[in-house]
Amino acid sequence: MTLKSSTRQVDGITIVDLNGRITLGEGSVKLRDTVRDLMGKGRNKILLNLGDVTYIDSSGIGELVSAFTSVRNQGGELKLLNLTKKVHDLLQITKLYTVFDIKDDEAAAVQSFVK
Amino acid sequence: MPRLSPIISIVRTSLGTLVDRRAKNPVSYTLDSTLDSVNMAEQKAFEIASRWGFEEDAQHHIAMAVREAAVNAVLHGNAYDPNKKFFIAYVMTPEALVITVTDQGKGLDPGSIPDPLAPENLMRASGRGIFLIRSFMDEVKIRNLDPGTEITLIKHVGREAAKSKEE
Repeated sequence: MTLKSSTRQVDGITIVDLNGRITLGEGSVKLRDTVRDLMGKGRNKILLNLGDVTYIDSSGIGELVSAFTSVRNQGGELKLLNLTKKVHDLLQITKLYTVFDIKDDEAAAVQSFVK
Repeated sequence: MPRLSPIISIVRTSLGTLVDRRAKNPVSYTLDSTLDSVNMAEQKAFEIASRWGFEEDAQHHIAMAVREAAVNAVLHGNAYDPNKKFFIAYVMTPEALVITVTDQGKGLDPGSIPDPLAPENLMRASGRGIFLIRSFMDEVKIRNLDPGTEITLIKHVGREAAKSKEE
């Protein structure tokens, strides 16, 4: 299952709805290109909705870390929304759960960005 | 394909030390160094873990560990070289599922892999594969074949799996 993404704007925040697998190859590249495209347009307040992401491998974790770092270095914020249990567990064991700002309510997540 | 022979014999020798006569249904594959092969290895691991009665979380962990081992073989070992293969064998014994992944790369020194949980490495974009494998499997053995690397993944049979096999 390939990764699909769609973006929408809510109160100045770009929400990226992701669906599928973030794994080495197509999935990781898709995520990288999506975030780069948004940053190129000056949209650096990004909420990644992972609610329909069924699987992430080590390459996908690396891509999330890279995206987080790139956005932060540009003065923006990247947060994660709606983790599945598998993804939640993966971020726990890699000690990244406390690195990312992780939300489970979209409205509250949007309001949490620095305006 | 003469260059494959030494590796194949090594795989067989290695498995011979791990698997006794009670082993059932050994399955092995010779695969190209591609991402399609990685996906196939992962899918096969999932199917085998499911067939042998491992519970859902264990099925996921086994499949993910195999995926990471296959990625290491294709990406870091064989470096996508179309002339190099990697080999994967799944063997179920009464005690455990034993999976061996072998590549034809330059070899891996497990001691050289930085700890991905160390504060200075936490934000690195790579280097978590072996860590995840160790997290998800009960035993992991890495052997430098010079050339090539063999990684053996072992998941012990739990009570639910044993019950399923008796039925």
